[in-house]
Amino acid sequence: MATCGLAAGAAETMAAFDEALAERRLTAHVIPVGCLGHCYAEPLVVIHKPGFPGIAYHNVTPGKARVLVRTFLEEDDPLFEYMLGAIETNDLIPSVLDFPRFYLEHRLVMEHCGLIDPQDIHQYLALGGYAAFIKALAGTPEDVIREVSASGLRGRGGAGFPTGRKWQLAREAPGDRKIVICNADEGDPGAYMDRTLLESNPHQLLEGIAITAYGVGAHRAIIYVRAEYPLAVARMTQGIQQANTVGLLGADILESGFDLDVSVFLGSGAFVCGEETALIESIEGNRGMPRYRPPYPAIKGLWGRPTVINNVKTLSTVPAIIRQGGNWHRAIGSPGSPGTAIFSVVGKVIHAGLVEIATGTTLRTLIFDICGGIPKRKKFKAVQIGGPSGGCLPESFLDTPVDFDSLTQAGAMMGSGGMVVMDEESCMVNVARYFLDFTQHESCGKCTFCRVGTRHLLNILDRITKGEGKEQDLEVLESLSQEIKDGSLCGLGKTAPNPVLTSLRYFREEYEAHVREKRCPAMMCRTLTAFFIDLEKCARGCDACVGCCPVTAIFTSRDRKKAIDQSLCVKCGECMVACPAEYAAVKKVSPPELAPVIARPPEESPQNA
Amino acid sequence: MFNMQDGRKAQVNENESETQVPVEDESALPDIASALDSFERRRRNLIPILQMMQQRQGYLSPRAMRLVAEHLRISPSEVYGVATFYNQFRFHPPGRHQIKVCLGTACHVVGGDIILENFERKLEIKEGQTTRDREFSIERVACVGCCALAPVAIVDDATHGHMAPSKVEGLLLGFQIEKEQAQKERDQSEPST
Repeated sequence: MATCGLAAGAAETMAAFDEALAERRLTAHVIPVGCLGHCYAEPLVVIHKPGFPGIAYHNVTPGKARVLVRTFLEEDDPLFEYMLGAIETNDLIPSVLDFPRFYLEHRLVMEHCGLIDPQDIHQYLALGGYAAFIKALAGTPEDVIREVSASGLRGRGGAGFPTGRKWQLAREAPGDRKIVICNADEGDPGAYMDRTLLESNPHQLLEGIAITAYGVGAHRAIIYVRAEYPLAVARMTQGIQQANTVGLLGADILESGFDLDVSVFLGSGAFVCGEETALIESIEGNRGMPRYRPPYPAIKGLWGRPTVINNVKTLSTVPAIIRQGGNWHRAIGSPGSPGTAIFSVVGKVIHAGLVEIATGTTLRTLIFDICGGIPKRKKFKAVQIGGPSGGCLPESFLDTPVDFDSLTQAGAMMGSGGMVVMDEESCMVNVARYFLDFTQHESCGKCTFCRVGTRHLLNILDRITKGEGKEQDLEVLESLSQEIKDGSLCGLGKTAPNPVLTSLRYFREEYEAHVREKRCPAMMCRTLTAFFIDLEKCARGCDACVGCCPVTAIFTSRDRKKAIDQSLCVKCGECMVACPAEYAAVKKVSPPELAPVIARPPEESPQNA
Repeated sequence: MFNMQDGRKAQVNENESETQVPVEDESALPDIASALDSFERRRRNLIPILQMMQQRQGYLSPRAMRLVAEHLRISPSEVYGVATFYNQFRFHPPGRHQIKVCLGTACHVVGGDIILENFERKLEIKEGQTTRDREFSIERVACVGCCALAPVAIVDDATHGHMAPSKVEGLLLGFQIEKEQAQKERDQSEPST
């Protein structure tokens, strides 16, 4: 019951369970849990019935829910046809652990996500929650920092700065009113793992924050969450209350003499506020514009005090490190950036969702083995990693291991972990234009290169996608990109040209097709494509396309077959979907001149076509 | 662009439930003025205050922003500067039905812009605008985090996944039927009273 599950209809499914159980007078605990990360299977339900292993069911509609209550709960038939698999190994039912989507994952941060009720602190406590915090309190703050330094943990917000070193700096900074800020201002389009952690396991994050605060000597912590995440805000606020009530936060925690006040600050939605100094400006009540560094926030941050800012994933990893030791964490994944990474793999993949893997896993394993590859037997074209600041990598990079250094070397970056898989139907120029549109809009305006430069990049890309590109545009794109990188203060400007640079480097021929032939090879740029109806294939008397056209551009030509009025067509593609598969008469072409022009018969007007 | 002038009253049905966003400019002002007193006069409270106001009024009116400036003893331009920086704040009243079309990466790749265009065409407004009768407003949002359901549109509080142009028509038709039904009921009940 996290945002994505609710969007898929989890609330209706739960209501159906409650209703069906009440109707049949069965007693069962219906527990709303967080997100398991298997978005493709939502709404997902796990049923524990005595005598059976726990069984996961996927895409459970209210109808399926009622059938499950009747057939499984009442009559003992576990309904194999609705099943994803058992959640544990057993002799009776095949287990989900046999699927690569499950066994290739390495769940460290998301271990409990989707298995516990995030609204109940006792469920987290029962699984050993807050034990790491208690262990930390028993030792010295230096022990905490030593352990985290030994673990090799690097900031999971994207930049990859060693966490232990950041804490050390803040610990040594003069001043006694230090602050810990949890950066949950997840603004990347296409990334939602922070939200999932906030919604599905808020107490793990709170424990991480408490340990961090103890380590650096802070008595105040602020969680900066996007206001667009109302459910995450509610879960965190509730979590803080519960932890205060049981005495795990607040004054004199467990009689250790350590105080910690945690509060939530609602971010108002500005991508640049993911940058730490901009985030600080925003909490202070200003426009979120980055400051010049140094001084670094660890020395002089919020209200001039030493401030540690860490991402949700970084802080959520901390409890496990303290519990099992820094060396244990160091042994996971690749040596340069040990630990696990969470990716939201979306776009053209079969098993989309959140995946937590050990660093060093290759992109191929991630996309093809874990997420099931590209649907509809389409061809893989590129994977976009790291959101608007990242880059598009082609097939030849599929064997790149996923870690901070390898990805940066390839021209992409880990970023916050958004990963969009694209097949042959995605136009790289169009995708680069999309990201520039985003960064141009989100540029705070402080640095001229970023403010004006991104606008110019966008204008050029706009022109190219409309077939108005010029031969010299490609060179300008390259040189301007480099200048923006050099002339910008913060990460937004320094990385904004990445999508353009990588797509130019790896998919130059697509740019050239747009500029020289006015053709979009992927047939995605709408100005450069056209739809037409193949008269050989169109069936007489079928009206499927006419009914679905939003602009009545389809008319009946003389031989009672259909044709498209190119001057009215908005190229939405609905007719292509609507045309029955046995005819498949609607064709898409690029450049648009390839579409045959069929004149509308004069006696008919668009209204009665 | 549909401009809301100060003090121009919107037509609000009296039998509307409280959950509807109030679209009147002034009715919420005294309420806001009293709520302001609960905030300390510190600069750091500026964004929380603006958020509170938008929640009560549905948008930030020029008058409300002036009240905040007075309260925090800063210039109105300073308040306006901060408010316009962030995506969350809107400066004209939203429609009764709010339509948000997701244009995140995953939605873009599968044609989120086509969905947006369909809403715009059907309602004859552009994103960021409200229809003349205040029934609908359209916004684009960066990512709502339901990427597996792309393309996504959020209409009022319901998330609609796997959108298609024909679904856009269906949704709007649904609202139209609902409205006509309500009108019919009103017409029927009126002569009897």
